[in-house]
Amino acid sequence: MEKAFHYKTTITSQHRVFDLHVRETLRYRDLIFLFVKRDFTAKYKQTILGPLWAVIQPLLTTVVFTIIFGRLAKLTTADAPGDLMIPGFLFYMAGNICWGYFSTTINDVSNVFIRNRNIMGKVYFPRLVGPVSSACSNLISFGIQFALMLVILLIYIFTGSAGVRITPMLLLIPLLVLHLMILAIGCGIIVSSVTTKYRDLAMLVSFGLQLWQYGSPVAYGLELVPDQYRGLYLLNPVTPILTAFRYVLFGTGYFGISYYMVSLFVTGVIFLIGLVLFSRIERTFMDTI
Amino acid sequence: MDESMILVDHITKEYILGQIGRTTLRDELQRLGARIRHREDPTQKIGAQQYERGDTFFALDDVSFELKAGERVGIIGRNGAGKSTLLKLISRVTVPSSGMIGLNGRVASMLEIGTGFHPELTGRENIYMNGAILGMRKKEIDEKLEDIIEFSECRQFIDTPVKRYSSGMYVKLAFAVAAHLDSEIMVMDEVLAVGDMAFQKKCLDKMNDVSRSQSRTILYVSHNMNTIRQLCKRCIVLDQGKLIYDGDVEEGIRQYMDAGGMSFDKKMDLISVPRLKGISRRILFVSAEIHRDNNVYTSHEPMDIVFSLKAENVQENVRFMMILFYQDGTRIGKTESGEFTVQPGINMVSVSVPNKGLADGAYYYEISILQRSRSFAREKCDCIPNVIPFVINNTEVFGVKGEMWKSNYWGHIMMDPIQVTSQ
Repeated sequence: MEKAFHYKTTITSQHRVFDLHVRETLRYRDLIFLFVKRDFTAKYKQTILGPLWAVIQPLLTTVVFTIIFGRLAKLTTADAPGDLMIPGFLFYMAGNICWGYFSTTINDVSNVFIRNRNIMGKVYFPRLVGPVSSACSNLISFGIQFALMLVILLIYIFTGSAGVRITPMLLLIPLLVLHLMILAIGCGIIVSSVTTKYRDLAMLVSFGLQLWQYGSPVAYGLELVPDQYRGLYLLNPVTPILTAFRYVLFGTGYFGISYYMVSLFVTGVIFLIGLVLFSRIERTFMDTI
Repeated sequence: MDESMILVDHITKEYILGQIGRTTLRDELQRLGARIRHREDPTQKIGAQQYERGDTFFALDDVSFELKAGERVGIIGRNGAGKSTLLKLISRVTVPSSGMIGLNGRVASMLEIGTGFHPELTGRENIYMNGAILGMRKKEIDEKLEDIIEFSECRQFIDTPVKRYSSGMYVKLAFAVAAHLDSEIMVMDEVLAVGDMAFQKKCLDKMNDVSRSQSRTILYVSHNMNTIRQLCKRCIVLDQGKLIYDGDVEEGIRQYMDAGGMSFDKKMDLISVPRLKGISRRILFVSAEIHRDNNVYTSHEPMDIVFSLKAENVQENVRFMMILFYQDGTRIGKTESGEFTVQPGINMVSVSVPNKGLADGAYYYEISILQRSRSFAREKCDCIPNVIPFVINNTEVFGVKGEMWKSNYWGHIMMDPIQVTSQ
């Protein structure tokens, strides 16, 4: 292999496990930006309401949640004992936009090879550009939804109808969103890597996500979970992110630093496993897809 | 000039036949279980042999070559010869099963026109999109945007979504981006097949130009021998995954024609060719001889053939019929000889076939012997399809030297020039 020494790029059948193309992906950030722009333009072109569609869906879901889980089922919306200050509508909306972002991103990322096979079959670019740009595209919808959420929150505060307040902790939101995004990309690329060979898993994704939602505090508060299962429940890496999100947004609720750290650790592990699998599959997926 | 840009070192690409897409997780687990228990693979078809070489298909089989900076190399070969696989490997779309490819620079691959073009985006947005996919930074594209728009001849429509473009405009825009990419290596798969004549010429000129002035290396796959001749200085011929020739363009094209199963021999044995039904066999072709070193003609040169025929008895009112085909099987025309008489035994008949008016391209004949009976019915004594391959290579087209004949637009007959009778 001493011949390889003379060339800047070499292509062989061998693959190093930690050859993850992360730096190369960063070099293609212009492409990520363009993909995001393309997704956005293509999604809303020739629609009348345009990006308004991004808020209609979570808004309707929130109304439904407020009626069914709040009024009819009367599930608690408290994350911490005695904490019932957050109006139901705000509570469900916060959970819905987070979960909406998370599940849409996993879905999009897990289809990344199949959706982009026309391009990826013809030209090389770091394949990780696909998942990253999908996650960033969804971030735009998330941003619009979050802005609406803030407006509603401000209305609640000015009418003085709830005990929520805005604190400087709000500035931590981007970090939480980044955490959620990395977790979603990690899960998504694991699924996408495995589905290039076994299509079975694709069937499981939407179903699995639905189950996962019930196992996360989206439609109910953390207080609903009996104490003896609380520890186990908090090992779900999404749970600490969701409760922390509400905590910093409303200035009240639950935040457990140790469980948050566990979630951070699990996220890191999932992301790394995802990267390793993805970089293995990306080299030859065109032959099997 | 002699810096090595691409090294293809004993590359093999193997595909598993029939397996792809049929594997489910359950099958795989069953197989794993069986392996652990040393049982037979339960997902395997009954009677199928395990790990047979026959289960795999070699799209490329031990191919090696090296390209230096500034070289323009054409790759030719029939469908399925492995051309596209080779380009895919060099473009890093997939990886080889064994061997190594070394690249010294960025690769701009155009395996398809307008990769990543999105119909909803405007021409300008797609320039950025396509450029970024090919590996350009936004800044680079900004700098070259004017040149690209100019070259694409689409300035008027540059802010219109490309879904409203004609296919020609689409191609022009796509090629313009790739041609302005600062890549050291350009890989192209038959992309010039679309677009109008003037633009094709412009593309070829542009490629010649960038290859000379910026010593870019170009790897070009085409079925159009004329563009290969115009663009390339070297030619690689692939056949069934193997490299069968690497060198001079004309020789490469000849090898390619040979690889098509139509070898040119000065003396062609015809008696052993299997015949179709429906012939009387009263007279048979024994052989055909052409006293020439190659089978390349201009359309002004007649083709001289000596046929050797065999008959049992005296046969009268005999004539030859020859049907001309283009290499892709298109019927071009028919010609017949005058009548002659065949004596018992071996007869040598010399003929001169005027291929007047034929345009550039590769052709072959179907030859028959016809006999007119007393009732004036014509009877086929012998017929051999697919013989006498030859190539027409005119040095000029309507008095213009070096002009290419575009058979996909103009057909295969170069008619006599129009006479201007009054002015």
